[in-house]
Amino acid sequence: MKLKTLAAMALAGTLAAGPALAELVIPDLSYRTGPYAAGGTPFSDGYQDYFHMLNARDGGVGDEMFRIIECETGYNTEKGVECYESTKGEGALIYQPLSTGITYQLIPKATADGIPLHTMGYGRTSAANGEVFNWVFNYPANYWDAASVMVNYLLDENGGSLDGKKIALVYHNSAYGKEPIRTLENLSAQHGFELTQLAVDHPGQEQKSQWLQIRRERPDYVLMWGWGVMNQVAVQEAANIGFPMENFIGNWWAGAEHDVIPAGDAANGYKSLNMNRIDANLPVFDDIRTHVHDAGNAAGDGSNIGNVLYTRGMYAAMLAAEAVAKAQEIHGTAAITSAMMRDGMEALDITDARMQELGMADIGPEFTVSCQDHGGSGLGIVQQWDASAGAWVALTDYIAPDDAVTLPLIMEDSGAFAAENNIEAGCM
Amino acid sequence: MFYREAGDFKTSYEADSQTFPIKFDRYRFWAVLAVAYLVIPFIINDYWANAILVPFLIYTIAAIGLNILTGYCGQVSLGTGGFMAVGAYAMYKLMTAFPDVSIMIHVILAGGITAVVGAAFGLPSLRIKGFYLAVATLAAQFFLVWLFNKVAWFYNYSASGQINAPERFVGGIAVTGPNTDAWAKYMICLVFVTVCAIIARNLTRGTMGRKWMAIRDMDIAAEIIGVNPLQAKLSAFAVSSFFIGISGALFFSVYLGAVEVGEAFGIQKSFLVLFMVIIGGLGSIFGSFAGAGFLVLLPVALKVIGVDLLGWPTDIVAHLQLVIIGALIMFFLIKEPHGLAQFWRVAKEKLRLWPFPY
Repeated sequence: MKLKTLAAMALAGTLAAGPALAELVIPDLSYRTGPYAAGGTPFSDGYQDYFHMLNARDGGVGDEMFRIIECETGYNTEKGVECYESTKGEGALIYQPLSTGITYQLIPKATADGIPLHTMGYGRTSAANGEVFNWVFNYPANYWDAASVMVNYLLDENGGSLDGKKIALVYHNSAYGKEPIRTLENLSAQHGFELTQLAVDHPGQEQKSQWLQIRRERPDYVLMWGWGVMNQVAVQEAANIGFPMENFIGNWWAGAEHDVIPAGDAANGYKSLNMNRIDANLPVFDDIRTHVHDAGNAAGDGSNIGNVLYTRGMYAAMLAAEAVAKAQEIHGTAAITSAMMRDGMEALDITDARMQELGMADIGPEFTVSCQDHGGSGLGIVQQWDASAGAWVALTDYIAPDDAVTLPLIMEDSGAFAAENNIEAGCM
Repeated sequence: MFYREAGDFKTSYEADSQTFPIKFDRYRFWAVLAVAYLVIPFIINDYWANAILVPFLIYTIAAIGLNILTGYCGQVSLGTGGFMAVGAYAMYKLMTAFPDVSIMIHVILAGGITAVVGAAFGLPSLRIKGFYLAVATLAAQFFLVWLFNKVAWFYNYSASGQINAPERFVGGIAVTGPNTDAWAKYMICLVFVTVCAIIARNLTRGTMGRKWMAIRDMDIAAEIIGVNPLQAKLSAFAVSSFFIGISGALFFSVYLGAVEVGEAFGIQKSFLVLFMVIIGGLGSIFGSFAGAGFLVLLPVALKVIGVDLLGWPTDIVAHLQLVIIGALIMFFLIKEPHGLAQFWRVAKEKLRLWPFPY
């Protein structure tokens, strides 16, 4: 056994002794296997393709090339830690783990190592308080924003009052799914609706009892915090019990094409949030096709281009690339470090004009990041699935969350975290 | 030649009944300990600690625990993940409720709490055996995970249901929390592994271990020669859960630092530890080390070879890993049901005769 240890030590030694060239190292903690692969694959494709496109078209950012290191986590925290440890020594600038569980692992580690973490619309919501979480960013929106946006949308639908309505929350029984509960409880007290919580255990293939309960209790609306295979099953189960699809709203991780297509026509009318506008004809996709896919460098099989999670992955990459440019501008050097990257992220300013310039007009809301606010604008749209056209249709413009509800919760939770870990709140 | 009993004269009963009767084995044992305690802490880095050595050591404790129950006492258990969760949550509650007490004591107390829970879930083993007992322990697995998810008291009512290990020190050196040095993490696990392995080895050589093995080999015969099955089975469950609880406590506090019960201590964990015991060797302490090392290193080694050296896509390598581990388990079950430990035993037999085999 010891011999085996030594042999593997020699093997991993080659890995530890990687070259330290001046380049922009972006690890991609992806998952293309396991029950969450359906969501992880298009996101990772979009994330990598955008960086490869910048390399091929512009020679990277500021004449500095990107180097992507992909590491498969399988949505598993232990593998995520292994991936983090094996890539951080390569000069990683930013981590985007696309998993709330792994995010909770990495928040203390990345803070201690001084590497920024971008948990776009997932992770620990209270990281929006940048004075406590100096190294963690969750712009442009977080879970509590999503919960509030959903309720605001329903208020709008119901003429401003949800009094006496019954709303059920179907959630993934994990840190991810539990995040919105506190906000929804507060909102339920404020607006007088009755909240039922239905937990679905990992991986989410078994939901019969939850939907039986929904059939029995007949809530007016069902909200869902789902991911991976859980979404497809939930949409199918909702169709099976004949629940009206237009009253079934998923969050932005439960609203991609692969979630609804398996249910066929029955999924018609299912709604979900989105933080991006979906437009398969954006000029940036043409650039990706020409410079990356036609050159044979596509991260996946190239079939996901333009769909919901591909767009979001690309959007995440764009925000990272913009932060790199900002960091280069602030520090006057092209070869930035992870600490400089953090400064770039904190000074990020995304405008409509800039998004237009990048060939992705209106892909997301305008927002700015500051030391106090790492959370962005929190805006979200509501989209609806049109099964016959096979496309998501945006129903609304960007809806604002109720900051009066989410902000005190963020302050409370981040304050508790600061007290637990002896962090003195303040800007760096 | 150098590996033999001949010429090694034992002049006392203690010497005659020692763990390693062969001189070479004793030197080897001290050499391994010397490397583990005096060399590795000085050369270890974050990657080696967090990705390989710390999980290896922690899984070793879990495998030792399960090996006592399944390998020595013959009671099949699929509740390992649940019992590790008991250790982890006991650790969390103790760490947050008594922040001034040393975590070394907390780890041992967490083991003790798990031992009580384990013994309670061991009660059905007095009536049912084999597959039926496996199903009963499976119930423990699902019940415990459900409990820690459902009752908010266990995770101190945090919004996400996660438990996070606060920073704690042993002798002024951080051993939990993000600012822990690699060597400190490694050392605390190493100390627990060493102590656990020595205790387990001596328990299994003594009266208690012989009772367990008697129950394993034929429980009715054991009862006739005066082994109390109630005492033997429950003590096996308690001792086994004690070790598993310690490993769960270290898994949460030292290794990961933040844990979500369904994800970290699900049924896969029970199977993983069971595979470690099967591949390593049932009824062998060395087998627990071998099995844990094998299943911790194999995925990392496959990843290094497949992705970093050969440049294959990460998803292909991840899928290949499942295929290879599955194939290996079948291979071991058919070709060598006694596991890696049996290879070691055969090697030792051959070494005794070397260089003049007959």
